[in-house]
Amino acid sequence: MNTREAVFVRSGPSLVARFRRGSASVLFRPRTVAVSLALFTLVLVLFCAGIAAGTRVIPLDDVLSGLAGRADHTTVLTVQQFRLPRVMVAVLVGAALGLAGALVQAVTRNPIAAPDVLGVTAGASLGGVLVLLAFGGTTFGYGGAAAELSQIAVPMGAIAGAFVAAAIVLVVGGSRGGVGTPRTFSTHRVVLVGIICHAAFIGLVHWGLATGDVDQATKAAVWLVGSLHGRGWEHVTGVATALLVLLPIALTLGRRLNALALGEPSAATLGVSVARTQVGLFAVAFGLTGTAAAAAGPVDFVALLAPQIAKRLTRTPGVPLVASALTGSAMVLAADLLARLAIPGVELPVGAVTALVGAPYLLWLVIRSGGTR
Amino acid sequence: MPTPSNSPQIRLAVGALAVLTLLAVTIAFGLSVGSRALSLSDVLGALAVQGETDASIIVWEQRMPRTLLGVLVGAALGVGGALAQGITRNPLADPALIGVSSGAALAIVLGSFVFGVSSLAPQIVLAAVGAAVVGGAVLSLAGYGRGGMAPTSLALVGLSMSALIVAVISVLVLLDAQTLDEYRYWLVGALAGKGTPTLTVVTPVILAGLSLTLLAARGLDALALGEDVARGLGVSVNRARLLAGAGVVLLTSTAVAAAGPISFVGLVVPHVARAITGPRHGWLLPYAALLGASLLVTADVVGRVVVRPAELQVGVVTALVGAPLVLLLLRKSKVAGAGP
Repeated sequence: MNTREAVFVRSGPSLVARFRRGSASVLFRPRTVAVSLALFTLVLVLFCAGIAAGTRVIPLDDVLSGLAGRADHTTVLTVQQFRLPRVMVAVLVGAALGLAGALVQAVTRNPIAAPDVLGVTAGASLGGVLVLLAFGGTTFGYGGAAAELSQIAVPMGAIAGAFVAAAIVLVVGGSRGGVGTPRTFSTHRVVLVGIICHAAFIGLVHWGLATGDVDQATKAAVWLVGSLHGRGWEHVTGVATALLVLLPIALTLGRRLNALALGEPSAATLGVSVARTQVGLFAVAFGLTGTAAAAAGPVDFVALLAPQIAKRLTRTPGVPLVASALTGSAMVLAADLLARLAIPGVELPVGAVTALVGAPYLLWLVIRSGGTR
Repeated sequence: MPTPSNSPQIRLAVGALAVLTLLAVTIAFGLSVGSRALSLSDVLGALAVQGETDASIIVWEQRMPRTLLGVLVGAALGVGGALAQGITRNPLADPALIGVSSGAALAIVLGSFVFGVSSLAPQIVLAAVGAAVVGGAVLSLAGYGRGGMAPTSLALVGLSMSALIVAVISVLVLLDAQTLDEYRYWLVGALAGKGTPTLTVVTPVILAGLSLTLLAARGLDALALGEDVARGLGVSVNRARLLAGAGVVLLTSTAVAAAGPISFVGLVVPHVARAITGPRHGWLLPYAALLGASLLVTADVVGRVVVRPAELQVGVVTALVGAPLVLLLLRKSKVAGAGP
């Protein structure tokens, strides 16, 4: 039994290719692959533009030779020590957020659901702000004795906050079906609990802002909008490690998403343990959100919108994981570029740009789709 | 309560008396609890004669305006939430969700950033305009689609509009440290340090808003049965929506201008009130006013006590108490209700 075949079938509006070798088969959609390749190219272009742009514009030739270490000393230094890590953080944070949003939306089957809405981003904000205010008296980010401490402590605070928030949302949002039945998640309830937790955490963040002195409050306010200013290699390794660990888990569990998409009872009959898969996927998504916030602060709207854009581009019935991650990267790269170039002499926080662009887009999506649920 | 009583009207009237007593007790606490605790007889004595004693000065100049402001803001938020839920027929709708609070906040920040406005009367006018513009925009955009106003699209529109406004606010605030410094104190939601001047501006506006909403009660009752039924009953749906919408804008923007964005009161209070009164707005709205007032004054008192000698702002207390309360209610109820 060593049959090989490639079959193209129409599934709804789109084309599906099935490759089979023996009993193993791989399904993929040519359109999804093409869109993902195009998105990857876009990310590459934005990546180079992100390195080229700045107070000193570096020509594309020099960008490439600077990356390879063959340009003059200043260019190599600028490219490799300052701009490259920043752009890398943008790519990784975008990918983490896009993937996290895709997982949460796929599990809850709810287009509003994203770590932002579920209160996890707000939890990360609270954790980061509390640490920032505790260490804020020192010259954070610009050298100084405790700078290194707060470079580590703020991300840890953000991750801890994200996990506390996630734990609350999952514990309270979960419901026991009855005697002997396993714990499952009503997606409505999770979203509801998330919105409530979001409001509570943001209230506490505001309280934190009011208690510090104005310098600390300014630093916290900048961090709170999400900023890539002064990001170095230590931020890159943080997000990269998280992605390396969580991405394989996400892709493995992601295979079960198709079963979940049929509805929880059907998935259960197919032998998928619904609750365990849901918890696993939520945990991966919230881990990604926490690390992203640790590296760049809470950048809003990417996790919410990237999967929707990717879904529209690929026209798949489910939520495309890889395309969502690539869309997220492209969004953060583009937003950071815009944040640096929009007002000469002023660097806006990247999260302000994602919100200023993302919110109207979401509005347009909702208005265009009208009252569809 | 679900058990039908023989005479629900009498039961509700007795209940209203109980809620009024609750409010009176919380006001008494509001006047007597603080960094210097006063006994009830001290308070009563100070209330009887407005003299030069310490107790008299504390009660009349500090705690009385603060407590009355708490009563008015709490009533405004409770009724505003009940109206917002009534118009949208969405149990999650509170003034924050439909963007009214963030519209008022944006107007206040813009006023401070562009014109340097920091006195209350123009701030309230600005806040009302901002609340009306943004709230109206959210409601009309959410209802623009073919399918009418689905709860999901309302939540999405409100969410994205609020996020947009918060982004604009944070850019403005980052460009100007002075605005940030004013904004962050206002942001937490506090009743402290707002003296009699605030009260004189706020009182007529909120009282007007509250009486306006009583006119909307019957229309909202009809609307609760669905738009078609309401039209069949001869109720002008648009008039009811307009009256109630004006009420939401007036009450919320004044409350937000006076005390900052205080979360959860507008969401929780109408649910508690509805559990007592049932869906009739004629009873629901007064109950929401009384319960909202009691809740906010209690939260203010709690904030004064828990971290003595410092104070926890009332907005922080409502977030800390309100969130677990809502979560508990959700946990008890078997169904999550109509979520987004």
